[in-house]
Amino acid sequence: MKEIVVISGKGGTGKTSIVAAFAALAGKKVLADCDVDAADLHLVLNPRIEHREDFSGGKKSKVLEDKCIACNRCIEECRFDAIHYPVLGNGKTADTPWINPIFCEGCGVCVRVCPADAISFEPAVNGEWYTSSTNYGPMIHARLGMAEGNSGKLVTQIRQKARDIAGRDDIDYIIIDGSPGIGCPVIASITGADLVLVVTEPTLSGQHDLLRVAQLTSHFRIPTIVCVNKWDLNPDLTEQIEGEAKEHGVKPAGRIRYDNAITEAQIMKTSVVEYTGGAVSGDIKAVWQNVLYALG
Amino acid sequence: MKLAIASGKGGTGKTTIATNLALTLDDKGMEVQLLDCDVEEPNCHIFLKPKIESTAPVTVLIPKVIEEKCTGCGVCAEVCEYSAIAVIKGKVLIFPELCHGCGACKLFCPENAFIEVPREVGIIEEGKASGISFTHGFLNIGELMSPAVIDEVKKAAGDKEIVILDSPPGTSCPVIAAVKDADFVLLVTEPTPFGLNDLELAVGMARELKLPFAVAINRSDVGNEDVKEYCRREKIEIVLEIPNDRRIAEAYSRGEMVIHALPEYQKTFETCWEKIIDLHQNMMQAEQQEKTATES
Repeated sequence: MKEIVVISGKGGTGKTSIVAAFAALAGKKVLADCDVDAADLHLVLNPRIEHREDFSGGKKSKVLEDKCIACNRCIEECRFDAIHYPVLGNGKTADTPWINPIFCEGCGVCVRVCPADAISFEPAVNGEWYTSSTNYGPMIHARLGMAEGNSGKLVTQIRQKARDIAGRDDIDYIIIDGSPGIGCPVIASITGADLVLVVTEPTLSGQHDLLRVAQLTSHFRIPTIVCVNKWDLNPDLTEQIEGEAKEHGVKPAGRIRYDNAITEAQIMKTSVVEYTGGAVSGDIKAVWQNVLYALG
Repeated sequence: MKLAIASGKGGTGKTTIATNLALTLDDKGMEVQLLDCDVEEPNCHIFLKPKIESTAPVTVLIPKVIEEKCTGCGVCAEVCEYSAIAVIKGKVLIFPELCHGCGACKLFCPENAFIEVPREVGIIEEGKASGISFTHGFLNIGELMSPAVIDEVKKAAGDKEIVILDSPPGTSCPVIAAVKDADFVLLVTEPTPFGLNDLELAVGMARELKLPFAVAINRSDVGNEDVKEYCRREKIEIVLEIPNDRRIAEAYSRGEMVIHALPEYQKTFETCWEKIIDLHQNMMQAEQQEKTATES
């Protein structure tokens, strides 16, 4: 079983469209959408949800008003500035403090310092994750609640479930759609993977962001290859990016030309390679071949 | 006026809008500050080319055990909700990347055996670009806690008439850290299924945080009409539309400002700003009236 993660550093370079195309091209595989902040893969792969489960990223504290003695110990010790006396609708200040769930990091300090045992501490439901079937194979995806944190933990759970299914059904590949950036969810999606494919674009931003991602994958010692999407927008810069990537141990995995068919396919809710037999599909097929080659 | 530029989906044009809006207003003689809060992949400097005047490390406090005082009782590991501390054979092990800095270990250690020491997780740089006061931050490679660096970038906010924040993509912790105290949020999207799906998530976040917001549509003539229909249905104002102009993509690719390469767009950004100011004033007035109504 091989795990391939598609990330980009810079957002909007075409990760999800490329993962959807890989879904159509790969043999037996499990698909995992680990861009839990802004999951889009389901819009193309049209999953049929078979099983759903609540996701809890951690616990959340809540003041029990009838027990609270308003001693303010919780306010004094909260380092996240999450506890205040709210102003009520009538303009008056409440008698007991309130813990803002958006700022609460679930550290439990308030619960433990409260002398009146007046703060509850229960696992919060921060989202849902799904095991689904698609025309391309099983898919694991999720929906994180509004303004919720702890996306790294959710990513880890999605990957674990994908591995379980791949192991159970003797599946060759796990293809993961990652998120932009280099922080918590990205790290959670790449650690221990077999290969990272970085999708970038020939812009100074794309170039800048690729270097940060290359440093990240090298920090975690994950073999990494790069493909340049919309390469013909700036052929010189494409050349330069591929050269710099090589210096960082990141081999080129091919170029994908600019083609509006990528957007059209998205609107038709299908993958590019199924939407058109045109040159852009040929480009993506070549990238997939390079992924297989890099996996050895 | 503190305006945050955000989006669920990456690569929709946040940085293009933040930088061009900032420079347009600066050219008009207004006092502008730009805070690039995308500390995982900051890009504003590529376009504004600021002259950096100062650099400072961003540190978070992490616990450190005073070995002589520690009895290996294990309370610290019990109270740490983030599994950042383990006590193995009476010895305390700390995993700094997992620490949220809540202070529980120090607070509840019966032997008072903890001190807190700073640990670098990133840097911030400040400077000037034309008349614009500029600050951005870089999360160190391999670090998880981008909100700590974002908070530090935001501390640079001075008393300038206009503060523009370029937010990271997504809807979770880093985005909330960037936008939470903004006066107004501009949500950037594109008229595609992915753009619409992620706009809905971003709208959900803005509503959850009770922040006033409006929408900007980039590459407004690609894709379909669904984003506009959604905005109409939800009564969300569209204050900016930028067409899919290949000349913009090319200028962007070279790291050039749109308003320099294509001065006709200066007017577009001016109009966008006027619309935001009007909307913001109307919302403030409506809020004031509501308050007066409740009080009487």
